[in-house]
Amino acid sequence: MEKKYAITVDDLTVAYNYKPVLWDIDLAIPEGVLMAIVGPNGAGKSTLIKSILGIIKPIAGSVKIFGKPYKKQHQEVAYVPQKGSVDWDFPTTALDVVMMGTYGSLGWIKRPGQKEKKAALEALEKVGMLSFKSRQISQLSGGQQQRIFLARALVQNASIYLMDEPFQGVDATTEKAIINILKELRKAGKTLIVVHHDLQTVPEYFDWVTFLNVKKIATGPVKDIFNDGNLTKTYGINYKVSVQE
Amino acid sequence: MSSAQIEIQIIACLVAVACAIPGTFLVLRKMAMISDAISHSILPGIVIGFFLTEDLNSPWLILLAAMTGVITVVLVEFIQKTGLVKEDTAIGLVFPTLFSIGVILIAKNANDVHLDVDVVFLGELAYAPSYRFLINGMDLGPKSLWVIGTILLVTLLLLITFFKELKISTFDKQLAATLGFSPVVVHYGLMSIASVTTVGAFDAVGAILVVALMIAPAAIAYLLTNDLKKMLVIAVFSGIASALTGYWIAHYLDASIAGSIATVLGVLFLLVYLFAPKKGLISVLFRQKRQQMEVYLLTFLLHLQNHTEESERHLNHLSEHINWGKIRSKTVLDLALKNNMIIIENNIISLTEKGQGFTEKAIDYITTNSTVAIEKMKEDFFLFRG
Repeated sequence: MEKKYAITVDDLTVAYNYKPVLWDIDLAIPEGVLMAIVGPNGAGKSTLIKSILGIIKPIAGSVKIFGKPYKKQHQEVAYVPQKGSVDWDFPTTALDVVMMGTYGSLGWIKRPGQKEKKAALEALEKVGMLSFKSRQISQLSGGQQQRIFLARALVQNASIYLMDEPFQGVDATTEKAIINILKELRKAGKTLIVVHHDLQTVPEYFDWVTFLNVKKIATGPVKDIFNDGNLTKTYGINYKVSVQE
Repeated sequence: MSSAQIEIQIIACLVAVACAIPGTFLVLRKMAMISDAISHSILPGIVIGFFLTEDLNSPWLILLAAMTGVITVVLVEFIQKTGLVKEDTAIGLVFPTLFSIGVILIAKNANDVHLDVDVVFLGELAYAPSYRFLINGMDLGPKSLWVIGTILLVTLLLLITFFKELKISTFDKQLAATLGFSPVVVHYGLMSIASVTTVGAFDAVGAILVVALMIAPAAIAYLLTNDLKKMLVIAVFSGIASALTGYWIAHYLDASIAGSIATVLGVLFLLVYLFAPKKGLISVLFRQKRQQMEVYLLTFLLHLQNHTEESERHLNHLSEHINWGKIRSKTVLDLALKNNMIIIENNIISLTEKGQGFTEKAIDYITTNSTVAIEKMKEDFFLFRG
């Protein structure tokens, strides 16, 4: 039986200044999974996400979103970059940042109107940030900024969500709130790919996992492949993680 | 006021507005130095353009010189991408080279060309009205008015049309790329506008003032607002205000108009830097002082919470226990009383319910960084505003 894949990566190689960062990656991500990408620093996790999004051009290989190149499918994909990738002193409000999520469906020149504003307000409500809508973004805490980024992705109403370390620098409450939203999205049939650092929480949060360290080590259901063997192969040291059933 | 005076002021204002708009985005993109580079490296473009057209206001000259500006940006990025030097070094390498080629070109052809380095640096707004735009002998006003007016009109049209694209690619380049807006197109679009504006304005105000008019109004506006649209408006109006004030200062001092405008901009920035309501230096110092005081308050409340024994909470022994001077102890005590956080009975200080709640929430915030409980307290206490 042919399975339906949200993302297929074929023989992807990415190099910065001739140094390979990703080496011949093959990856088929089934639709409807909540997948963690784990690996040590410098393993190419963010690079993999950026290559899927076409932000970084690979030197070999290809990426397909539902069988087509990214350029034709960008409406299907929402991206949550690392929080540190933008200047939070930028003169704008929480609501305005969330509104930016609607720009993709508007295309060039057309301006956001009432419909877009309503969608943004709903997304803010979903992440529990409605009361902060008019706040200047530098006046938000790290956790709140991350929620704003999540709301901005929600408003895109995409089928695939790519998130680069959404739990970095957020408090425990926010982490729980975010993971609940992610699980809800999966229930609604969305595909979610999350660069993740905390190995302890992988079995609790995710149902699918990819081990990455320049090369792909393993990919599959958490219950099948999240084990000491793969962790050791990925991190290069003996790993013992207690997987709770 | 003579008509020449009015014309000069109109030109100065149009230049100020035309510069403030791309300047705002340059400042937000942390590319202020690029405007400096462009303003210098267009010189060879202007000289070559002048050889070909013999008219400083020719549209061809403006486009040719503007191309030199874009080439500057390309060169800077190219050098930077090699990874051998950083961006500021790359800028420092490119523009003096191009600028000096321009200087040599002027020197070699000094006899044929009515261009000199002084004018390049400072411009000569005072002479702007003497070059008239004539059609069939009809006087339509100064040429530079038409030049900068056209540039401003195009800039405004592009700004209104592509405001959304400019905003998103300035704030989050990667998101812009993933949503299908090419940040490269927006980037070079902005660089082209900045270059064209620089060339158009520089004849009137010179290379140095162009930079001042691009950067200073944007920097002033940045300190005064948290809204991009308002930032643009404030930048435009501080540009206009400085242009007019500078003009009249120059008039009374019989000094260079361009120099006076740039000085006014500098003084205006200094004032805003000191007195801006939220981001100004004085306001920041005040806030830091308040935050420090609130940390003392919290320390004091925590002390009360930790010690149930009355000896530790006696009014007269307070300063020994907590090792503070009398003045600080008194200030903190007054602050706590004013906020109804403590009560004093028989010289023994106790936490009130409010004080207890405040301490717990604050400690919880500081240890867990969770902002849920303290959100309402942000209004009253600077401590929680980050």
